[in-house]
Amino acid sequence: MANPSVPQPDSHLPTIPGNENALRWDPGWLLVVSAMALLAILVFVVRDPFDRIFRFVLDGVRVTVVVTLVTFGLVLIIGMIGALGRLSRIAPLRGLATVYVEVVRGIPLLVQLYFWYYAFPSIVRDLGARWNIAGMKDFVANPYFMAILGLTLCYAAYMTEVYRAGIQSIPKGQMEAARSLGMTYFQAMRYIILPQAVRVILPPVGNEFITLLKDSSLVSAVAVSDLTRRGREFQAITPLPLHIYLMIGLMYLIMTLLSARVVSMLEAGVRRER
Amino acid sequence: MIEQPIIQIEKVHKYFGRVHALRGVSLDVFRGEVVVIIGPSGSGKSTLLRCINRLEEFDSGRIVVDGIPLDTAENINAVRAEVGMVFQQFNLFPHLTVLENITLAQKVVRKRNAEEAEKIAMDLLGKVGIPEKANAYPLQLSGGQQQRVAIARALAMNPKIMLFDEPTSALDPEMIQEVLDVMLALAKEGMTMVVVSHEMGFARNAANRVIFMDEGLIIEEAPPQVLFTNPSQERTRLFLSKVL
Repeated sequence: MANPSVPQPDSHLPTIPGNENALRWDPGWLLVVSAMALLAILVFVVRDPFDRIFRFVLDGVRVTVVVTLVTFGLVLIIGMIGALGRLSRIAPLRGLATVYVEVVRGIPLLVQLYFWYYAFPSIVRDLGARWNIAGMKDFVANPYFMAILGLTLCYAAYMTEVYRAGIQSIPKGQMEAARSLGMTYFQAMRYIILPQAVRVILPPVGNEFITLLKDSSLVSAVAVSDLTRRGREFQAITPLPLHIYLMIGLMYLIMTLLSARVVSMLEAGVRRER
Repeated sequence: MIEQPIIQIEKVHKYFGRVHALRGVSLDVFRGEVVVIIGPSGSGKSTLLRCINRLEEFDSGRIVVDGIPLDTAENINAVRAEVGMVFQQFNLFPHLTVLENITLAQKVVRKRNAEEAEKIAMDLLGKVGIPEKANAYPLQLSGGQQQRVAIARALAMNPKIMLFDEPTSALDPEMIQEVLDVMLALAKEGMTMVVVSHEMGFARNAANRVIFMDEGLIIEEAPPQVLFTNPSQERTRLFLSKVL
């Protein structure tokens, strides 16, 4: 992927009949380019106050991107562990994973973030006071750490279900064939089940990523200076709600549209592999 | 010296929920023997076969394969590496080429290097008659070709025993013979085989012993010429009158 903005068909690959669509110009890029053009016009042509807002919130974009990417990386790993738990033959493991998924899915993300940022540190401090442990007594939560923790635990529960459904969509005979060849459970997962499940789960995983990118704006409520919070900070100094939230919304839109294109390119790649 | 059976099945019971699928089955299979299991559907013949490499857990009884009892996870994996299995639905890995299907387990289970694994795979593809399909994907093959690849995949592990679970039942009629021919050749080479099949012709030609199962029990076992022409049990007679 030398230049991701131009989806070049791989010329050395034969075109599979019925799959020509994957090689055609993707109109989704038109939306991305339009949104970017609108942003450029606002910042460089219309300028005031958009250029001031843009410069002010730019470091919030970085925070949003970093929080989203770090969280998503962790979610991919923890979701896998959750899915293996949900599918485990060991009942207590299965129960634990199920309780985790059901509890987390049943509580609003904002409430979970409040819990990890406000309530959890106070529990640590209370325990520290009771046991007289200095490090715990004056525990102060790092907002970034707690925000990523909260987002991760919530989204890993969703991802657990995505993985589980993907793994279960692979016929039982595949695992049986792999095991009957002497492969261990994990070898069978690694070489047989997961490579096939990837095709199935890539679209919902991409969806989760885009939803996470948007939901990451909730971390602005727990002292993380992301894009949303930077907008609110600007608003506190210079009340221009229409301009500010137009700008913020447009910047989120560009990020989500871009992510959607990357996801669909990955999907096309996986389809073409065969 | 009396030869030890390579598969010893002793009083195996298996329940699916409340259904008593195997009701105390005992069977010995000796090295080089070809045993064909026949019987009506639901008689427990596939279940019994799947117990031999522990794809199916059994509730009581004992199975010993080549001196290894099927109890611990380690032993089960050891047995599985020695026992090849061919399924009704082929169960080839659709995301891998034919060649990769045959080399994967050689590499990750037998720890062979790629070159050696590929040489073995190509030899076996020649043996089952489709070396030109090495780089095709399973879904580009006919059912008969897929099943022959599945046999090659199992043979690549140098199994001491081959299990066949209704290997021709999912095939179009014109493809059945090409698979049976491969199995016949294997039987002639002296491979120990346990075959669940509705192919009475194969049983007649290749089997040393035919087992008739019904309702989770072995009703009768005899060499094919005896069992097919002069069964001792009424139930066997009834079944054969329907299928022959």
